Amino acid sequence: MNTLAETLTVSQLSVSFPGRQVLQDVSFSLASGEVCGLIGSNGSGKTTLLRTILGLQAATSGTVHLNGAVGYVPQKIAFDMDMPLRARDVVGLGLDGNRLGLPLPSLSKRRKVDAMLRAVGAEAFADQRIGDLSGGQQQRVLIAHAMIRRPRLLLLDEPLANLDVRAVADIVGLLNRFAREEGVTVLVSAHDMNPLLSVMDRIVYLAQGRAATGRTETVVRTEVLSRLYGHHIDVIRVHGRVLVIAAGAADEIPIAVEKHPVHVCEIP
Amino acid sequence: MSAKFPDAAMSVLDLLFAPGFFASAPVQTALIIGSAAAIVSALIGVFTVLRGQSFAGHALSDISSAGGSVAFLLGISALWGFLGVAVLAAGALELAGLRRAKERDLVTGIVLGAGLGLTALLLHLDIGTRSSGGAAISVMFGSIFAIPASMVLSMLGVSAVAVLLIGLIYRPLLLTSLDPNLASAQGVRVHAVGLLHLLILSLAVTLSAMTIGAILSTALLIGPAAAAVQIARRPGRALILAVLFGLIATWGGVLLAYDSYAWTPGQAWPVSFFITSLAFLIYLGARLWKRLPIARRTAEA
Repeated sequence: MNTLAETLTVSQLSVSFPGRQVLQDVSFSLASGEVCGLIGSNGSGKTTLLRTILGLQAATSGTVHLNGAVGYVPQKIAFDMDMPLRARDVVGLGLDGNRLGLPLPSLSKRRKVDAMLRAVGAEAFADQRIGDLSGGQQQRVLIAHAMIRRPRLLLLDEPLANLDVRAVADIVGLLNRFAREEGVTVLVSAHDMNPLLSVMDRIVYLAQGRAATGRTETVVRTEVLSRLYGHHIDVIRVHGRVLVIAAGAADEIPIAVEKHPVHVCEIP
Repeated sequence: MSAKFPDAAMSVLDLLFAPGFFASAPVQTALIIGSAAAIVSALIGVFTVLRGQSFAGHALSDISSAGGSVAFLLGISALWGFLGVAVLAAGALELAGLRRAKERDLVTGIVLGAGLGLTALLLHLDIGTRSSGGAAISVMFGSIFAIPASMVLSMLGVSAVAVLLIGLIYRPLLLTSLDPNLASAQGVRVHAVGLLHLLILSLAVTLSAMTIGAILSTALLIGPAAAAVQIARRPGRALILAVLFGLIATWGGVLLAYDSYAWTPGQAWPVSFFITSLAFLIYLGARLWKRLPIARRTAEA
């Protein structure tokens, strides 16, 4: 399993909080340059899994093997409007925010920050306060913050939540580019897999504390997800999108076929 | 003809700086110590404001009054009393280890209440045993003009330690204030940084308690910093602006208090009143400035 090509290997990982088993026997591995969706409803353990990979959360059992540095984009940060930090300051802190002492003006740092801002398309608002930016712009800045140390693995916690359709497409395109062009392995969590379908090589689907993992087309199937959830699940493909619907709940969940025919339903 | 203009200028200066202002030893001490307190408070205050811990800052200042009153009772310098209790209270607040703002405020409030109750008892004992009726006023509202010259070095030492610590942890402190998750993912020990922040905060509070009083020191801690983060777009400038605002309030306050001897003969107004009022006005000014069209233009430039 632990070949050099693998950037991340998670083996039989279990994590429990007092009185609650959050993750049970989760195993998967990601190769260099792969994009993997970490999919599950709220509370399914996505954040816990990411934090465990980062070493911020202790595992009950199992191992996480990392090959190279990790960058991290945490779940939606509510930036204070009064935070006196420009987008470029936030990116700069990604480079040296953990160092002691005062930052001295440095041309090489300035160049690195400029290059990173360009790479995520944030030059235009580089000198605006972080709190004044839109959600999509903030997400770009946070990705730059995480990428400036050139990690081999990039973890993102719900980066697409609360973004408009256009910004979602932009961010997904950006992540895909980092993976294809620079060989960065991207593990991105989302409660809705649809925006990621076109770029996702693999999927880690979390439900009931367990995970179904593998290539997207092998995991997102009625039999596999039904086994994972422990009851019957329908996986329906419509117009290139995927609907995951719990049996019996169809009456309560309106899957209205109106102008926007697709509505992803979460499993109760 | 030409001699008249300087005369006029002199009388304006006289009006502003009442005669003897710069020659007065207490004024000199007040300006030096006041500046040190203002600088340290403004610097750490920026982080306190950004971390949303203004209430903890206020509580620490209030609680430190217990230390000031103990010092009176024991006959030691108020500086060490303020310092000891503020550091202990900061440690207690951090040990509680509460991350949710609501719980943190709750515990802070409860500790604050207990601390002030203790102050009430200690001040009562102060008055009883040492018949020092001035203790309460001095602990609560400061005594910037009555600081013995022997304390100046110790206070400058405390200030230097605080400024050095801020310089040392500047970047991790900034990153943690931006978002603790970002910081811990980068290997920053968020708890250690939080503890150091509270420790520096208690040094700042101690210095301000000595100058403008325990219950007023929040004014120098929060006012200049809150005004600065309204205006500045970068962290370095926020710190510089906060220091400037703090110094303006302090110097202006000392000057006005000195001048006030002349307003109500023989009875100067309390310097703390002027410093806190100026800090308040500066904050209001910053809020208003932010709304001006010119502020928006510079912000975009």
